[in-house]
Amino acid sequence: MLENIIEIIRSPWAWYVSGPLIGLMVPALLYFGKSLGVSGSFRDICSVTMPDSKVEFIRNNNIKDNHWNIFFLLGIFVGGYITYNFLMDPKVELFPESFYSVKGVITLIIGGFLVGFGSRYAGGCTSGHGITGLSTFQLPSLFAIISFFIGGFIALFITDFLINLI
Amino acid sequence: MKNLKFLFTGLIFGIIITKAEVVSWFRIQDMFRFKDPYMFLILGSAVLTGGLFVLIIKKFNLKNFYGEPIVIPKKKFNKGYIIGGMIFGMGWFLSGLCPGPMAALIGAGYLPVIFAFLSALLGTYTYAYFKNKLPH
Repeated sequence: MLENIIEIIRSPWAWYVSGPLIGLMVPALLYFGKSLGVSGSFRDICSVTMPDSKVEFIRNNNIKDNHWNIFFLLGIFVGGYITYNFLMDPKVELFPESFYSVKGVITLIIGGFLVGFGSRYAGGCTSGHGITGLSTFQLPSLFAIISFFIGGFIALFITDFLINLI
Repeated sequence: MKNLKFLFTGLIFGIIITKAEVVSWFRIQDMFRFKDPYMFLILGSAVLTGGLFVLIIKKFNLKNFYGEPIVIPKKKFNKGYIIGGMIFGMGWFLSGLCPGPMAALIGAGYLPVIFAFLSALLGTYTYAYFKNKLPH
Protein backbone atom coordinates (compact mmCIF):
# COMPACT_ATOMS: atom_id res chain seq x y z
CA MET A 1 0.00 0.00 0.00
CA LEU A 2 2.65 2.55 1.09
CA GLU A 3 4.86 1.38 -1.77
CA ASN A 4 2.05 2.06 -4.23
CA ILE A 5 1.57 5.57 -2.89
CA ILE A 6 5.29 6.33 -3.17
CA GLU A 7 5.27 4.89 -6.69
CA ILE A 8 2.42 7.27 -7.66
CA ILE A 9 4.27 10.23 -6.15
CA ARG A 10 7.46 9.30 -8.00
CA SER A 11 5.85 9.06 -11.44
CA PRO A 12 5.30 12.28 -13.47
CA TRP A 13 2.30 14.40 -12.46
CA ALA A 14 -0.19 15.82 -14.96
CA TRP A 15 -0.82 19.57 -14.92
CA TYR A 16 -4.36 19.03 -13.58
CA VAL A 17 -2.83 17.37 -10.52
CA SER A 18 0.08 19.79 -9.96
CA GLY A 19 -1.89 22.99 -10.63
CA PRO A 20 -4.68 22.39 -8.07
CA LEU A 21 -2.12 21.18 -5.49
CA ILE A 22 -0.24 24.47 -5.90
CA GLY A 23 -3.57 26.30 -5.51
CA LEU A 24 -4.24 24.45 -2.24
CA MET A 25 -1.18 26.11 -0.74
CA VAL A 26 -3.16 29.39 -0.67
CA PRO A 27 -5.83 28.21 1.83
CA ALA A 28 -3.17 26.18 3.69
CA LEU A 29 -1.15 29.30 4.47
CA LEU A 30 -4.23 31.43 5.14
CA TYR A 31 -5.15 28.78 7.71
CA PHE A 32 -1.83 29.39 9.42
CA GLY A 33 -2.46 33.15 9.35
CA LYS A 34 -0.08 33.96 6.48
CA SER A 35 -0.32 34.63 2.79
CA LEU A 36 1.72 32.60 0.32
CA GLY A 37 4.65 34.50 -1.14
CA VAL A 38 8.32 33.67 -1.49
CA SER A 39 10.12 36.90 -2.43
CA GLY A 40 9.36 38.52 0.94
CA SER A 41 11.91 36.14 2.44
CA PHE A 42 14.71 37.95 0.56
CA ARG A 43 13.99 41.13 2.49
CA ASP A 44 13.73 39.15 5.71
CA ILE A 45 17.11 37.49 5.14
CA CYS A 46 18.58 41.00 4.70
CA SER A 47 16.86 42.12 7.92
CA VAL A 48 18.08 39.14 9.93
CA THR A 49 21.67 39.42 8.69
CA MET A 50 21.77 43.24 8.98
CA PRO A 51 19.52 44.10 11.96
CA ASP A 52 21.19 47.50 12.43
CA SER A 53 21.19 48.43 8.75
CA LYS A 54 20.89 52.16 8.12
CA VAL A 55 18.40 51.37 5.34
CA GLU A 56 14.99 51.80 6.94
CA PHE A 57 13.20 49.21 4.75
CA ILE A 58 15.66 46.57 5.99
CA ARG A 59 15.88 47.63 9.66
CA ASN A 60 12.21 48.37 10.22
CA ASN A 61 10.69 45.07 9.11
CA ASN A 62 8.71 43.70 12.06
CA ILE A 63 10.87 40.61 11.75
CA LYS A 64 9.04 38.64 14.47
CA ASP A 65 5.94 38.52 12.23
CA ASN A 66 7.84 38.03 9.03
CA HIS A 67 10.62 35.54 9.61
CA TRP A 68 8.25 32.59 8.99
CA ASN A 69 9.12 33.39 5.38
CA ILE A 70 12.71 32.23 5.88
CA PHE A 71 11.53 28.90 7.31
CA PHE A 72 9.20 28.53 4.33
CA LEU A 73 12.13 29.18 1.95
CA LEU A 74 14.26 26.63 3.80
CA GLY A 75 11.41 24.12 3.42
CA ILE A 76 11.33 24.71 -0.35
CA PHE A 77 15.08 24.06 -0.49
CA VAL A 78 14.69 20.73 1.35
CA GLY A 79 11.64 19.89 -0.80
CA GLY A 80 13.70 20.42 -3.95
CA TYR A 81 16.44 18.15 -2.58
CA ILE A 82 14.06 15.34 -1.58
CA THR A 83 12.04 15.49 -4.80
CA TYR A 84 14.98 15.55 -7.18
CA ASN A 85 16.85 12.77 -5.40
CA PHE A 86 14.05 10.46 -4.27
CA LEU A 87 10.67 11.35 -5.78
CA MET A 88 11.34 11.75 -9.50
CA ASP A 89 11.21 8.73 -11.79
CA PRO A 90 12.33 9.26 -14.49
CA LYS A 91 14.56 12.10 -13.36
CA VAL A 92 13.80 15.28 -15.31
CA GLU A 93 16.53 17.79 -16.16
CA LEU A 94 15.41 21.14 -14.70
CA PHE A 95 18.26 23.48 -15.51
CA PRO A 96 20.58 23.53 -18.54
CA GLU A 97 24.25 22.58 -18.59
CA SER A 98 25.04 25.84 -20.42
CA PHE A 99 24.82 27.78 -17.13
CA TYR A 100 27.89 25.96 -15.82
CA SER A 101 30.11 28.55 -17.53
CA VAL A 102 31.35 32.11 -17.04
CA LYS A 103 28.72 33.45 -19.44
CA GLY A 104 26.04 31.40 -17.69
CA VAL A 105 27.00 32.66 -14.24
CA ILE A 106 27.05 36.29 -15.46
CA THR A 107 23.54 35.79 -16.89
CA LEU A 108 22.40 34.33 -13.55
CA ILE A 109 23.89 37.25 -11.62
CA ILE A 110 22.15 39.81 -13.86
CA GLY A 111 18.87 37.89 -13.94
CA GLY A 112 18.92 37.19 -10.21
CA PHE A 113 19.56 40.84 -9.41
CA LEU A 114 16.58 41.92 -11.54
CA VAL A 115 14.39 39.26 -9.89
CA GLY A 116 15.34 40.44 -6.39
CA PHE A 117 15.07 44.15 -7.19
CA GLY A 118 11.91 43.83 -9.28
CA SER A 119 9.96 41.52 -6.99
CA ARG A 120 10.40 43.80 -3.98
CA TYR A 121 9.63 46.89 -6.10
CA ALA A 122 6.49 45.13 -7.37
CA GLY A 123 5.55 43.95 -3.88
CA GLY A 124 5.59 40.27 -4.81
CA CYS A 125 6.67 37.59 -7.25
CA THR A 126 5.08 34.72 -9.13
CA SER A 127 3.73 33.18 -5.92
CA GLY A 128 2.63 36.33 -4.07
CA HIS A 129 0.97 38.02 -7.05
CA GLY A 130 0.49 35.16 -9.49
CA ILE A 131 -0.98 32.58 -7.17
CA THR A 132 -2.10 34.34 -3.98
CA GLY A 133 -3.02 37.69 -5.53
CA LEU A 134 -5.12 36.24 -8.33
CA SER A 135 -6.70 33.57 -6.08
CA THR A 136 -7.85 36.30 -3.71
CA PHE A 137 -9.24 38.39 -6.58
CA GLN A 138 -6.88 41.36 -6.27
CA LEU A 139 -6.76 43.58 -9.32
CA PRO A 140 -3.32 45.07 -8.48
CA SER A 141 -1.83 41.58 -8.71
CA LEU A 142 -3.28 41.16 -12.19
CA PHE A 143 -1.48 44.36 -13.24
CA ALA A 144 1.72 43.00 -11.68
CA ILE A 145 1.41 39.66 -13.53
CA ILE A 146 0.79 41.39 -16.85
CA SER A 147 3.89 43.52 -16.18
CA PHE A 148 5.93 40.37 -15.41
CA PHE A 149 5.06 39.04 -18.85
CA ILE A 150 5.67 42.35 -20.64
CA GLY A 151 9.12 42.49 -19.00
CA GLY A 152 9.80 38.89 -20.00
CA PHE A 153 8.81 39.56 -23.62
CA ILE A 154 11.05 42.66 -23.71
CA ALA A 155 13.99 40.56 -22.47
CA LEU A 156 13.15 37.83 -24.98
CA PHE A 157 13.07 40.39 -27.80
CA ILE A 158 16.37 41.93 -26.71
CA THR A 159 18.20 38.61 -26.40
CA ASP A 160 16.70 36.92 -29.49
CA PHE A 161 16.51 39.69 -32.04
CA LEU A 162 18.70 42.65 -31.17
CA ILE A 163 21.75 40.59 -30.23
CA ASN A 164 21.49 38.68 -33.52
CA LEU A 165 21.49 42.00 -35.40
CA ILE A 166 24.80 42.95 -33.82
CA MET B 1 8.27 25.72 17.80
CA LYS B 2 5.77 27.83 15.92
CA ASN B 3 7.85 28.14 12.77
CA LEU B 4 8.03 24.39 12.29
CA LYS B 5 4.71 24.47 10.45
CA PHE B 6 6.16 26.92 7.93
CA LEU B 7 9.19 24.72 7.42
CA PHE B 8 6.74 21.90 6.77
CA THR B 9 4.39 23.86 4.45
CA GLY B 10 7.49 25.11 2.61
CA LEU B 11 8.67 21.52 2.25
CA ILE B 12 5.32 20.47 0.76
CA PHE B 13 5.33 23.52 -1.55
CA GLY B 14 8.91 22.70 -2.60
CA ILE B 15 7.98 19.09 -3.41
CA ILE B 16 4.91 20.18 -5.40
CA ILE B 17 6.63 22.86 -7.50
CA THR B 18 9.55 20.54 -8.25
CA LYS B 19 7.25 17.65 -9.21
CA ALA B 20 5.18 20.09 -11.27
CA GLU B 21 8.41 21.13 -13.05
CA VAL B 22 7.40 24.79 -12.74
CA VAL B 23 10.94 25.24 -11.40
CA SER B 24 12.28 24.08 -14.76
CA TRP B 25 14.26 26.58 -16.84
CA PHE B 26 13.00 24.76 -19.95
CA ARG B 27 9.33 25.13 -18.93
CA ILE B 28 9.82 28.88 -18.34
CA GLN B 29 11.40 29.29 -21.78
CA ASP B 30 8.54 27.38 -23.44
CA MET B 31 6.05 29.57 -21.58
CA PHE B 32 7.55 32.89 -22.74
CA ARG B 33 7.84 31.56 -26.29
CA PHE B 34 4.26 30.19 -26.24
CA LYS B 35 5.61 26.79 -27.26
CA ASP B 36 3.63 24.86 -24.68
CA PRO B 37 0.43 25.75 -22.76
CA TYR B 38 1.65 23.68 -19.76
CA MET B 39 2.65 26.59 -17.48
CA PHE B 40 -0.55 28.50 -18.26
CA LEU B 41 -2.64 25.41 -17.46
CA ILE B 42 -0.78 25.01 -14.15
CA LEU B 43 -1.18 28.68 -13.19
CA GLY B 44 -4.82 28.72 -14.33
CA SER B 45 -5.82 25.59 -12.42
CA ALA B 46 -3.86 26.73 -9.35
CA VAL B 47 -5.67 30.09 -9.32
CA LEU B 48 -9.08 28.44 -9.88
CA THR B 49 -8.48 26.01 -7.00
CA GLY B 50 -7.10 28.69 -4.68
CA GLY B 51 -9.95 31.04 -5.65
CA LEU B 52 -12.57 28.39 -4.96
CA PHE B 53 -11.21 27.83 -1.45
CA VAL B 54 -11.02 31.59 -0.85
CA LEU B 55 -14.71 31.85 -1.78
CA ILE B 56 -15.52 29.02 0.64
CA ILE B 57 -13.49 30.72 3.38
CA LYS B 58 -15.38 34.00 2.82
CA LYS B 59 -18.81 32.38 2.50
CA PHE B 60 -18.55 30.39 5.72
CA ASN B 61 -16.36 32.89 7.61
CA LEU B 62 -13.92 30.11 8.41
CA LYS B 63 -11.54 30.43 11.32
CA ASN B 64 -7.80 29.92 11.15
CA PHE B 65 -5.47 27.66 13.16
CA TYR B 66 -5.51 30.17 16.04
CA GLY B 67 -9.32 30.31 16.13
CA GLU B 68 -9.43 33.82 14.64
CA PRO B 69 -11.32 34.84 11.49
CA ILE B 70 -9.21 34.41 8.35
CA VAL B 71 -8.08 37.79 6.99
CA ILE B 72 -6.88 38.20 3.43
CA PRO B 73 -4.34 41.04 3.26
CA LYS B 74 -5.28 43.62 0.61
CA LYS B 75 -2.62 44.63 -1.89
CA LYS B 76 -2.47 48.39 -2.43
CA PHE B 77 -1.67 49.32 -6.00
CA ASN B 78 1.20 51.64 -6.82
CA LYS B 79 3.34 52.31 -9.91
CA GLY B 80 5.96 49.91 -8.56
CA TYR B 81 3.68 47.01 -9.50
CA ILE B 82 4.15 47.98 -13.15
CA ILE B 83 7.79 49.20 -13.17
CA GLY B 84 9.08 46.62 -10.68
CA GLY B 85 6.93 43.97 -12.32
CA MET B 86 8.58 44.59 -15.69
CA ILE B 87 12.05 44.52 -14.12
CA PHE B 88 11.14 41.25 -12.40
CA GLY B 89 9.85 39.81 -15.68
CA MET B 90 13.12 40.58 -17.45
CA GLY B 91 15.07 38.79 -14.74
CA TRP B 92 12.58 35.91 -14.78
CA PHE B 93 13.14 35.35 -18.49
CA LEU B 94 16.92 35.93 -18.45
CA SER B 95 17.65 33.51 -15.61
CA GLY B 96 14.59 31.29 -16.03
CA LEU B 97 14.20 31.65 -12.27
CA CYS B 98 11.86 33.21 -9.77
CA PRO B 99 12.30 33.11 -5.97
CA GLY B 100 10.65 29.75 -5.10
CA PRO B 101 12.36 27.81 -7.91
CA MET B 102 15.73 29.31 -6.92
CA ALA B 103 15.50 27.60 -3.53
CA ALA B 104 14.15 24.34 -4.99
CA LEU B 105 16.86 24.13 -7.68
CA ILE B 106 19.69 24.82 -5.24
CA GLY B 107 18.23 22.01 -3.12
CA ALA B 108 18.13 19.79 -6.22
CA GLY B 109 21.86 20.40 -6.59
CA TYR B 110 22.02 22.94 -9.46
CA LEU B 111 24.76 24.93 -7.78
CA PRO B 112 25.15 27.87 -10.26
CA VAL B 113 21.67 28.97 -9.10
CA ILE B 114 23.37 30.05 -5.84
CA PHE B 115 24.81 32.99 -7.81
CA ALA B 116 21.31 34.04 -8.86
CA PHE B 117 20.06 33.69 -5.29
CA LEU B 118 22.85 35.81 -3.77
CA SER B 119 22.39 38.37 -6.51
CA ALA B 120 18.64 38.46 -5.79
CA LEU B 121 19.44 39.29 -2.15
CA LEU B 122 21.70 42.10 -3.37
CA GLY B 123 18.91 43.26 -5.71
CA THR B 124 16.45 43.33 -2.82
CA TYR B 125 18.92 45.32 -0.72
CA THR B 126 19.54 47.72 -3.61
CA TYR B 127 15.80 48.30 -3.96
CA ALA B 128 15.55 48.96 -0.22
CA TYR B 129 18.46 51.42 -0.43
CA PHE B 130 16.88 53.47 -3.24
CA LYS B 131 13.24 52.91 -2.23
CA ASN B 132 12.53 56.54 -1.30
CA LYS B 133 13.96 57.86 -4.56
CA LEU B 134 12.03 55.49 -6.83
CA PRO B 135 8.57 56.31 -8.23
CA HIS B 136 5.77 54.45 -6.46
